Amino acid sequence: MNLFQHLSDANTQWVLAGTLLLGMASGVLGSFAYLKKQSLIGDAMAHAALPGICIAFLLYGQKSLFWFFAGAAFSGLLAAYFIQAIVKNSRIKEDASIALVLSVFFGIGIVLLTYINQNGSGNQSGLNNYIFGQAASLVGNDVKIIAIVAVILLAVTALFFKEFKLLTFDPQFAEGIGLPVRFFNGLLMVLIVSAVMIGLQAVGVILMAAMLITPALSARYWTERMDRMVVIAGGIGALSGVVGTIFSTASEGLPTGPLIILAATLFFLFSMVFAPRRGLLVNIVKQMKMRRQTARENIMLSMFDLMEEEMRKPAARHATGFGEEQIRGLRPVSKRLFARVMKQLIKENLVSSDGNRYALTEQGKEQAYQIALKNRLMEVYKMYEMKFSHEEVEKQEDIFALPEPLLQELTRYLQQLGRMPVRLSKTGPGENRRNRNNIIGQRGADSRYEL
Amino acid sequence: MSYEGWILLTGALVGITCGIVGCFLILRKMAMLADAISHTVLLGIVGAFLVSHSMAGVPMFIGAIIVGLLTAFFVQLLDSLRVQSDAAIGVVFTSLFALGVILLSLFASRVHLDVDHALMGEIAFVPWDTLEIFGKEMGPKAVWMLGFVLLADLAVILLFYKELKITSFDPQMAAALGIPVLLIHYLLMGMLSITTVASFDSVGAILVVAMLIVPGAAAYLLTDRLSVMLVLSAAIGALSAIIGYYLAVWFNVSISGMMAAAAGGIFAAVFIFSPKHGLIAKWAANRKISRYS
Amino acid sequence: MNPLMVRNLTVAYHRKPVLQEVSFSVPEGKLIGIIGPNGAGKSTLLKAILRLVPAASGEVLIYGKPYKAQRKLIGYVPQRGSVDWDFPTNALDVVLMGRYGHIGWIKRPGKEDVKLALSCLEKLGMENYAHRQINQLSGGQQQRVFLARALAQDATIYFMDEPFAGVDAATEKAIISLLNELKAQGKTVLVVHHDLHTVQEYFDWVLLLNMRVIGHGPTDEVFTVENLQKTYGGRLTFLDQGKLLVKHE
Repeated sequence: MNLFQHLSDANTQWVLAGTLLLGMASGVLGSFAYLKKQSLIGDAMAHAALPGICIAFLLYGQKSLFWFFAGAAFSGLLAAYFIQAIVKNSRIKEDASIALVLSVFFGIGIVLLTYINQNGSGNQSGLNNYIFGQAASLVGNDVKIIAIVAVILLAVTALFFKEFKLLTFDPQFAEGIGLPVRFFNGLLMVLIVSAVMIGLQAVGVILMAAMLITPALSARYWTERMDRMVVIAGGIGALSGVVGTIFSTASEGLPTGPLIILAATLFFLFSMVFAPRRGLLVNIVKQMKMRRQTARENIMLSMFDLMEEEMRKPAARHATGFGEEQIRGLRPVSKRLFARVMKQLIKENLVSSDGNRYALTEQGKEQAYQIALKNRLMEVYKMYEMKFSHEEVEKQEDIFALPEPLLQELTRYLQQLGRMPVRLSKTGPGENRRNRNNIIGQRGADSRYEL
Repeated sequence: MSYEGWILLTGALVGITCGIVGCFLILRKMAMLADAISHTVLLGIVGAFLVSHSMAGVPMFIGAIIVGLLTAFFVQLLDSLRVQSDAAIGVVFTSLFALGVILLSLFASRVHLDVDHALMGEIAFVPWDTLEIFGKEMGPKAVWMLGFVLLADLAVILLFYKELKITSFDPQMAAALGIPVLLIHYLLMGMLSITTVASFDSVGAILVVAMLIVPGAAAYLLTDRLSVMLVLSAAIGALSAIIGYYLAVWFNVSISGMMAAAAGGIFAAVFIFSPKHGLIAKWAANRKISRYS
Repeated sequence: MNPLMVRNLTVAYHRKPVLQEVSFSVPEGKLIGIIGPNGAGKSTLLKAILRLVPAASGEVLIYGKPYKAQRKLIGYVPQRGSVDWDFPTNALDVVLMGRYGHIGWIKRPGKEDVKLALSCLEKLGMENYAHRQINQLSGGQQQRVFLARALAQDATIYFMDEPFAGVDAATEKAIISLLNELKAQGKTVLVVHHDLHTVQEYFDWVLLLNMRVIGHGPTDEVFTVENLQKTYGGRLTFLDQGKLLVKHE
């Protein structure tokens, strides 16, 4: 039987549908858990549901999905309540509280399970199925139930989306404006327990915990809007379900659940590395670019400072360039970056070099001047923050976008402080003094500022 | 020693060993990491079996330690990549666990690898599995293993007490003082791994979490001093094991489950009645304050 | 009728008293500064009034009725650190949350709400940041978003918890101008404040708090050297001309 034949098999299609829906529902619900920093609540609920299921079985006498569900919901909610109560009323922190409640409830569940088994009315392999699930045995009816519950979960989430969003983002404020925080927290727990319940039968406890964690985490990398995040999480969840099931079918024997988890993890790794904006790759590249940019500026500024220093010397014996140590000494730049940036600057004809010493070309002097001016204007701007900060200049580049009178004022401060950058090119010191009182502003695309 | 005696001793050793290691997990907010490692040991067992082709204790030990440290390492790695820490734990343990299950079904399905045993433990079988040296019966293997682990844990704790204390309380200050914070972290993770492995023979991996966290949490509510907390935690752990055993025998149910339940019961009692941090004490203090209003 | 009346409010955290028999009332249309040393219970007072923290005893009346009945009249600006600013949402969205009380359950914010939210952002000088992700905002900008949200609540009495803490000069100016505008509209604003230097400039009414009420009333009457020494318990040294230096433990 090749893959295609497998896929056309009704059984496989049921399993596909089931895992798709499960993935979608848990992705969506997992987003809220993730944003509340309670990713592991799914794991906790999955373990805490066991005693509830056993009690339901004991009370009802036989296997019944409805009563199991009710039992699981009950003990899940109880567990959630205990977790919060312990954190609120003692110095035990949340992680310890979760681990505590999870393991004790699960222990009680095991006790009840063995009690049931000893009476012979239970299913011996029940525990294995509980932990690992048996997706392969999903039949049409099971999937129909999964579908109905999944749709209800998604509908409730959509209905109360704005309330859940507020609850997750700022529970204090929510309480302040009268949102029944407890009710909605409880509702969220019920939804999560429901997702765990419908998945339990098919793919087991651990998988459901995983599906409530990983797709949401992956989705976070792709968007900064919560509504989109929830949708993407649902999508990744569904996709993981499908991919895992297809691989399981193709491999003829490997269990579905773990393959779904691996698929979800691969999606996560991909998201973490390649997502635009939040992904690793993009950020590493950005960082590298920024370091080059900063190094470039630092080198230009240092060379400018050195030249300025030279020009102030009475004997106008300007040095024929500066050594690497000199330049790097003023503002730190790593050796490697220095070499690379210098190469680029030389290529752009901003710097000339004889191999040992580096000097600014005429173009270079001009650019260095502009950079120094921007840099020092920014310094002054920051010094007089109280006066100017309502303008909110964030980047050095924007400083020329300030209104004319403000720029004049800043320039005046520069002069008073003796920090006015000296014109290096074409004109000598004398000419500078003449121009100092003339401020010709020229704004535009090249934002060159002539003084 | 009688059959029952061996079981009680094993249980008590589990309680004590897990109890003292767990204290640090609680203080360092790593309780869920314990949960994670208790799941990923499955991968360790399977890996060890694949490599050593035997079900003997020592390879399993080593496999579990490797996977335990690997788990901690991956979580640490994701943490440093600014992944939210609870999600980091979740991703790592679920994927390693999934890997374990897949390897299990790929390579080990022929051999009956008793997964239930690994996860649930079966303390009732412990006394039969004895250690033989030069033809002399030396007692159950589990007791030896636990004894060794307990000694190792105690040795580490005694040797590095100051370091453990300060890195748990104020890692940044510790780093500033030149203490190798990361080394201590992995040392603790190593301890956690071997403790988990040694314990799961008796109580199973899943319920190890209960023995690791619950006694420590209860002790945390009874004292403000670390040394006292360690001792109390060990005592409560042992007590939970013993009470749990007798209750389980009485009701004819899972021993390990009952031990966890007993620990939970003790915790509940401490939570309510602790003279310093219990609910009743707090309620009484509040009443006193409002009465003077 | 007084917008706020607190009587014998006592609050304890983990067995330690934080507020003891706090009683005071506040007149309408004033800017009230809540002043006191660290740990004096200023934040707790706000939270206790808003029922975010349980009180051991005492009562709180807003315009003569208990808090629960008067939610719609109240605006709250919590401390900036109470929220994770890496949350996937933008400034406009956060301000819209202030409208949820008026919008009601399930319904989505409408065009009117969005317009109102934008105008609130504008009042705080943040209109250009409406669609900026909140994790890209500076501390002061985040504070202003919180204030805009409180504005959007369209309340009659406002409670602000350390709005001036750690903000830049631009934000400080924006907050003051907002407070004065609110006062001009006849609203009452209670502000937990930490900077003694600016109390006389910003507030016309003060509440001096150090677990108990040391004094409350118009700033000129109550903000005296004597009262401040009582409030800060000897941790205060006065430099000349009424300038204050607070010695921290």
